[in-house]
Amino acid sequence: MSTGWLIGSAVIAVIVAPLIGGLLRGIDRKLTAHMQGRIGPPIIQPFYDVIKLLGKKPMVAGRAQLVFAYAFLALIVTAVVFFALRQDLLVVLFILFFGSLCLPIGALSVKSPYSQLGGHRELLQFLAYEPILLLAAIPIALKSGGFPIANIFEYGQPLLPDLWLSFIALFIALAIVMRKSPFDISGSEHAHQELVRGVITEYSGPYLALIEIGHWYEMVLLLSILGLFWVVGSLWWLSIIIALGSWFIMLIVDNINARLTWSWMLKFAWGAGVTLVALNILFINLGWM
Amino acid sequence: MGILSTARVKSPWLLHFDCGSCNGCDIEILAALTPFYDIERFGIVNMGNPKHADVLLVTGPANHRNYRVLRNLYDQMPDPKGVIVVGTCGCTGGVFHNCPNVLGGIDKVIPVDVYVPGCAARPEAIIDAVVLALGKLKAYGK
Repeated sequence: MSTGWLIGSAVIAVIVAPLIGGLLRGIDRKLTAHMQGRIGPPIIQPFYDVIKLLGKKPMVAGRAQLVFAYAFLALIVTAVVFFALRQDLLVVLFILFFGSLCLPIGALSVKSPYSQLGGHRELLQFLAYEPILLLAAIPIALKSGGFPIANIFEYGQPLLPDLWLSFIALFIALAIVMRKSPFDISGSEHAHQELVRGVITEYSGPYLALIEIGHWYEMVLLLSILGLFWVVGSLWWLSIIIALGSWFIMLIVDNINARLTWSWMLKFAWGAGVTLVALNILFINLGWM
Repeated sequence: MGILSTARVKSPWLLHFDCGSCNGCDIEILAALTPFYDIERFGIVNMGNPKHADVLLVTGPANHRNYRVLRNLYDQMPDPKGVIVVGTCGCTGGVFHNCPNVLGGIDKVIPVDVYVPGCAARPEAIIDAVVLALGKLKAYGK
């Protein structure tokens, strides 16, 4: 793969990822409405929301919050660029973690009870999914011979048949990162009243728009990581089907579940998620997978 | 119509505040959120957060007990914003207009853009009022 082609794909990723992410959010809201017997907003509704938010008067509770809102978006875009350049998977994940961490730190910098509660819960969510994402990089590296994403493309065989245990674990992690039910404990999607919007309560107007765009990038990046499990030669399009299929299953899970407690989430993520990845690593080392 | 005013009209987020209403109007507001009326079709979402809201829906008369809360909520909403008063009590004080603990209509405390009379107001009238308030958001900055 030539350097020029890689840089071109990074530029395209930065431009196209938020468009795909926004459209997926719109389709998400439409499908959710249909599942609830409603008609729902137009598919481009998230774009209306973000443009409206960008046009609102900036209001902040503290300057530190601004830094973290910008840092959230900037770091996640950096992670997307590194992914498109096929750099080290660990580097991509750590930049993503750093970016995701900006959100609760910004929330905790404000003395609002809802923001504080949401920030603490966001940190707990972070604690739940981070070990899964990090550990899941190990079986991928064991199979493809190294952490660089380029290795996965050169490996020549699909990863999914050997790594389906890690794939399921990553799916759990993805549901937590996307704050979908039953894991929407830090900032409830539909303004459940006990914590209002949790971690994003104090972000308003243009800064909320930045965070929303950051979430679109984050979602596309994580779905792309799931897509990595089947990128080989002529069957590369299966990776898109795997990514979109996982997204759709998550939507159904979101709609049939209530919000659960953080302690349940930790037990489930560490109990099921980390165990699945650990078993996967064990089986690879034993030569069973 | 520019892209920004289109977006403003297409995505009004509501904040609902009960300023001491009998809950008759509040039930009608919630009726508008059910699948029967499904106001999310128009991008309208009920937010529990003044910092994310564009339109403030107030029910009940302004009173000494909570007019500070009402003003605080109004001040926390970033511009452009609109205020809709739902029900006769909010418009003028209604049956409570001479009570010693009641200030009167909501417009004694904060500027009001649209009044919806009725005891209680119908969901159709409330949706109509939101559409009228959008006119103000659309004209903002022009």
